[in-house]
Amino acid sequence: MRLKRRGTAAAALLAVAAAVVVLSLTAAASPPPERTVYVTIHFSHFDLASLQVSPGETVRFVVTNTDPIDHEFLVGDAQMQQIHELGTEASHGARPGEISVPAGATVSTTFTFPDQLAPGWEFACHLPGHYAYGMHGPITMTT
Amino acid sequence: MRRHIARAAATAAIAAALVFGSAISALACGGLVAPNGTITLTRTTTLAAYHNGIEHYLTSFDFSGKVGGSLGSITPLPGVPTKVIKGGDWTLQRLELEVNPPTLERTDFAAEAVPAAAPAQVLLRTQVDALNITVLKGGATAVGDWAREHGFFLPPDAPAVLDFYAQRSPIFMATKFNQKRADAQGITDGQSIPVHVVIPTPNPWVPLRILTLGQQPQSVVQADVFLLTDRDPAMLPQAIAPNGHSDQQGTILEKSGWASNSLMSDLRSDQRSKWIPDQPMWLSYLKINEPAADLTNDLAIDASGYGHPDPVAAGFAFPAIPPVPDGAVGARTIMWLGMGVAIVALFARRRISAWAVRTR
Repeated sequence: MRLKRRGTAAAALLAVAAAVVVLSLTAAASPPPERTVYVTIHFSHFDLASLQVSPGETVRFVVTNTDPIDHEFLVGDAQMQQIHELGTEASHGARPGEISVPAGATVSTTFTFPDQLAPGWEFACHLPGHYAYGMHGPITMTT
Repeated sequence: MRRHIARAAATAAIAAALVFGSAISALACGGLVAPNGTITLTRTTTLAAYHNGIEHYLTSFDFSGKVGGSLGSITPLPGVPTKVIKGGDWTLQRLELEVNPPTLERTDFAAEAVPAAAPAQVLLRTQVDALNITVLKGGATAVGDWAREHGFFLPPDAPAVLDFYAQRSPIFMATKFNQKRADAQGITDGQSIPVHVVIPTPNPWVPLRILTLGQQPQSVVQADVFLLTDRDPAMLPQAIAPNGHSDQQGTILEKSGWASNSLMSDLRSDQRSKWIPDQPMWLSYLKINEPAADLTNDLAIDASGYGHPDPVAAGFAFPAIPPVPDGAVGARTIMWLGMGVAIVALFARRRISAWAVRTR
């Protein structure tokens, strides 16, 4: 009788342990919860000075442009930023992390960051003269 | 307040350069902004003549076909103009001759008072040669929206600069070059189109910060500003005396004295210049030579003889009552309304209480 009870208890413990292992594995495999970052553009400046993200984090950017002129919000590494600074793409929106933000509008984009960020990642606006005017900020990753 | 604001305004034109279409014109007022956002620095010349409460603002728009885009400008005005007409053919050149060997170009500014929101209101439309001119009333956002919707390119500092002026005067003059009319009228490269804006205002004022529009902070803004007034005007900021060096920086008062008879006579003899008073006038010649980052103010003038130029007009202070923001009822308005209701309610309650006591 006692042995039977011990066996039942051990089985229960085993089941609990297995459940814990499964849950922890599941948790490790699932991405961190999506974060929403609100950004306001006023007088051709982002109210976000810099951004820190976690490895693999997914961020939903909600960007509001209070200016009477158009802007952009482009997330990417140095090479990508350089391409846009020199490029002539009139509008953005098809790729995650790249949006045009028309005057007075609010636009959102969702971007999943890689597990590692090389130096030079930024969010920026590359309309003529806007980057030089200060419309950019660094993105770094928590270690 | 309006009076205060109006005083602050006089003649100035905000030159917000714009690029559209495919022909180019250069503006008298300030910076030129090319489609890629780069700026061509030009020296600008402006005359603000003030007599009997009327500001006569003269500037000219230079045409150049060398750039592959069409330019326009937005000029802040100190008040609602009664007319915008073609200016004298060579008035500005004659003024330059009076003080300097001629250098081309010029600048404009204008400012006035308070903006409100809604869409910009078109107060006046006219044509001067190949220029299409629209006088607008509205806040910074409204005017910016109007400009954008009408094909003007605004540089990234435009929202802040427009707001700086709209805080004090919601009147702007948008100027656009019409290539087809220029061709039909035989306007050639380098030819200027003088524009004369007549603005009733309590005191003249010359917007200077507008000259920094689209400029890099280290770019040096250069402009010649001429003032013709009934007497020696007081200015804020006070212009500095020339030190004899051509690279002297700041707002430099190169000349201040009664205009010569020959100058006045010449000016009156120009086309469309009968408005120039047949009396002695005081000529002030200011040379602006300042990095864009440092030129954060306008030139306030008191031509009344009291010697009190308005700090609000100079951009050193905001109007005492902030303008109603675009599209919204001002918080201060709501506060005053609330206080008014509260006072009335309190008074009524006391009256009712007193009446109740009496009737018991």
